[in-house]
Amino acid sequence: MKNQILRMLTGTLAFIASGTVLADEWNMRVGVTDISRQVYDLHMTIFYICVAIGVVVFGVLFWSVFQHRKSKGAVPATFHESTKLELAWTIVPTLILIVMAIPATQVLVQMYDTGGEDMNIEVRGYQWKWQYKYLDEDYNNSYSFFSSLATPRSQITNRSEKADTYLLEVDEHLRIPINRKVRFLVTSEDVIHAWWVPDFGIKRDAVPGMLNELWAIVETPGIYRGQCTELCGQDHGFMPIVVEAMPEAEFDAWYATKVSSEIVRQETMSKSLTHDELMVQGEATYGTYCSSCHMANGEGVPPVFPAIAGSIVANGSRDDHLSLVINGISGSAMQAFGKQLDAVQLASVVHYQRNAFGNDVGDVSQPQDVINLSKGQ
Amino acid sequence: MSEIIHADHHDDHAHGPAKGILRWLYTTNHKDIGTLYLWFSLAMFFIGGAMALVIRTELFQPGLQFIEPAFFNQMTTNHGLIMVFGAIMPAFVGLANWLIPMQVGAPDMALPRMNNLSFWILPFAFSMMISTLFMEGGGPNFGWTFYAPLSTTYAPDSVTYFIFAVHLMGASSIMGSINIIATILNMRAPGMTLMKMPMFVWTWLITAYLLIAVMPVLAGAVTMMLFDIHFNTSFFNAAGGGDPVMFQHIFWFFGHPEVYIMILPAFGIVSHIIPTFARKRLFGYTSMVYAVASIAFLSFIVWAHHMFTVGMPLAGQLFFMYSTMLIAVPTGVKVFNWIATMWRGSMTFETPMLFAIAFVVLFTIGGLSGIMLAITPADYQYHDTYFVVAHFHYVLVPGALFSIIAAVYFWIPKWTGKMYDESLGKLHFWLSFIGVNVTFFPQHFSGLAGMPRRIPDYALQFADFNMISSIGAFIFGFSQLFFLYVLIKTIRSGKPAVGRAWEGAKGLEWVLPSPAPYHSFTYPPEVTDKESYA
Repeated sequence: MKNQILRMLTGTLAFIASGTVLADEWNMRVGVTDISRQVYDLHMTIFYICVAIGVVVFGVLFWSVFQHRKSKGAVPATFHESTKLELAWTIVPTLILIVMAIPATQVLVQMYDTGGEDMNIEVRGYQWKWQYKYLDEDYNNSYSFFSSLATPRSQITNRSEKADTYLLEVDEHLRIPINRKVRFLVTSEDVIHAWWVPDFGIKRDAVPGMLNELWAIVETPGIYRGQCTELCGQDHGFMPIVVEAMPEAEFDAWYATKVSSEIVRQETMSKSLTHDELMVQGEATYGTYCSSCHMANGEGVPPVFPAIAGSIVANGSRDDHLSLVINGISGSAMQAFGKQLDAVQLASVVHYQRNAFGNDVGDVSQPQDVINLSKGQ
Repeated sequence: MSEIIHADHHDDHAHGPAKGILRWLYTTNHKDIGTLYLWFSLAMFFIGGAMALVIRTELFQPGLQFIEPAFFNQMTTNHGLIMVFGAIMPAFVGLANWLIPMQVGAPDMALPRMNNLSFWILPFAFSMMISTLFMEGGGPNFGWTFYAPLSTTYAPDSVTYFIFAVHLMGASSIMGSINIIATILNMRAPGMTLMKMPMFVWTWLITAYLLIAVMPVLAGAVTMMLFDIHFNTSFFNAAGGGDPVMFQHIFWFFGHPEVYIMILPAFGIVSHIIPTFARKRLFGYTSMVYAVASIAFLSFIVWAHHMFTVGMPLAGQLFFMYSTMLIAVPTGVKVFNWIATMWRGSMTFETPMLFAIAFVVLFTIGGLSGIMLAITPADYQYHDTYFVVAHFHYVLVPGALFSIIAAVYFWIPKWTGKMYDESLGKLHFWLSFIGVNVTFFPQHFSGLAGMPRRIPDYALQFADFNMISSIGAFIFGFSQLFFLYVLIKTIRSGKPAVGRAWEGAKGLEWVLPSPAPYHSFTYPPEVTDKESYA
């Protein structure tokens, strides 16, 4: 801690000494798109104007404070109005504001030019993860996946060393090609989230029932990190955004493998799994999707998040349990996981819940049961 | 004959304060009620401040150390609600109660019984709101802006208590405002025309109209929430054809005037203190009045600048950007006028003046970061980061709060008849000044570097700034306990104060003896140019 304070003090001195050169830790990022650079320039222009105003205004104020003191024998003047002065300090600020508004309007108009995109990606916020879906003309080729926090719990609870990308790492990056106009269609499944990648200079709220547009042409390959910026419940601080920009050929190759492996995965859905396989897969799924509310030990946080251990649902009819997980409970925090998880994940997580935390129903849930149930509805 | 004399004598007695605890419960006296408001807001300030320290403790280092994220959200939410509705607003109403009748030359407020009611609603409203923290499922956890559907479909069960508490606070504010308007418009001493009113009276008159205009809007928003939660309506539920963004429009149509409700009376206070200690008349009184009126008008047409990222059409974004930038003009006029008042004055720097000068400087810093936030394309990068947190704390803490503290030091000789200890007051000022800047200045940097607000844990590059911020918060928090000590010491053993406690003080309140009599002016005083600002 002492070191950190020392580092801060030297940092402050370096900051003052260096004048205009500002490190990333201190200032807005320049970013990797034309828009983000324009936004940065705009930010610095306005900042310097504000600093100049501050220097003049505070300069006059402190001059007065030091010179016009009673202890220095100052005798109060009697003036108390001046129409000329009043007009001057109404008109001059107005002119300064117009000077600020012109570049601001230009940048904003460019940001709103959402047409002419090369590809579309749907960004959907969930409590507390993001779903990305490549919207292709050919629906069969569209690919979607969830992207959730990958920082281990042990780092958050200070039981292990924090990685450099602490809280800014996800299980699967969103990949986009460089030098292409990528349009993001942002929406939400539950509450309002906000999707922000500082290096792209774009941020938009993900509002349920609304589709907001954003776009970026990324020029440099790399991994860019951001976070949800609208309070969305308890794990608001734990749903990062990671975008990987890659050369187009590389992206195309990656996308092709994803689409073909997706087809293979769909085919294996009809396979039956053993109790042990289901328990292993189920525990993993539970850890990612269920444990933030129902807790790792299945005790939940009653009454908002009910316990699974000993619950009526987990010890009652299997199909009722499955359909509750698939459809969720509208008007509550229980989401409809049918949209988020595949048949294997759904079957295994229900199987796990029915055979863990002291629950001991003994029945088996298979992916085929989930498919049958979904078809029946 | 002797009977008449006896009756007069009896009347005299009935006008003194009652004895015991019931004095405070039944009181209709503007000074008693002002005192109640001020102590209440101080208590809320310490509760809200304790919550801020819980937040800063958790944020001292990366990782979760002390509290869970769910409780962290309850702390940020309640800190905001309590500071806005429990500390800043009641403090200003308390000051209005104490000062407005004395400053306009009236015996009391126009509607004394309603005055009693509007205060006594508050302890119940806040007890109810704070009690939700101890309920199953916890208290409000959706931020002080309570955006739907997080505050409706996804809210804890206790949200209904929160809604009822907000209704009560709104009713209290509206009653307080009606009372202030009735007093100012009807009870001014003969000769005190509107353009001769003290600035504190002017700013409160305009603030009271703002309150009456927007509190019903807030009541409407929470009522719609209540219906969505309990009666299956879909005002804010997209699945039922409602619109979550509409909630934000309604909330900020209330919320933006609300932030000016918390700063206009501060402008009034500073416009009393600076001329007093500069020993020079307020520069540009008329333009000050018009500037406050312009700010109040503009406050109704800028609300969506809180919502630049919700996805409005370009024309909407441009309108709200331009209208927001315009606010800088009348605000600038006020700052320039204060500096022109100081210019070639004969200044001394007692505690109220120190707080007032700090107000001008630090509020201006908050105003300049406000201009940066108004620039829509740049706001996309600032929105919902610590840059915003730094901005609004600069205008609320060294802004609104410093003005309230300045007012207490300035008028406490009038209220208690005793003088505070100058060196203790100055010590309190410097501790607060250092604390506030160490807390909030680094937040500009962590925000620009990309730290979102309302998160219980953060990435490693934000660690240094958060540590400094937490240290500052503890300095600031504990120096307010020192303020409490200074206050109690003043009341118990301060040196006696004279009627005109400050050499350069002007205004009818300084004509009265210190402490001011229980009923301020039983006969209308003469309004002379000597006691006028205009």
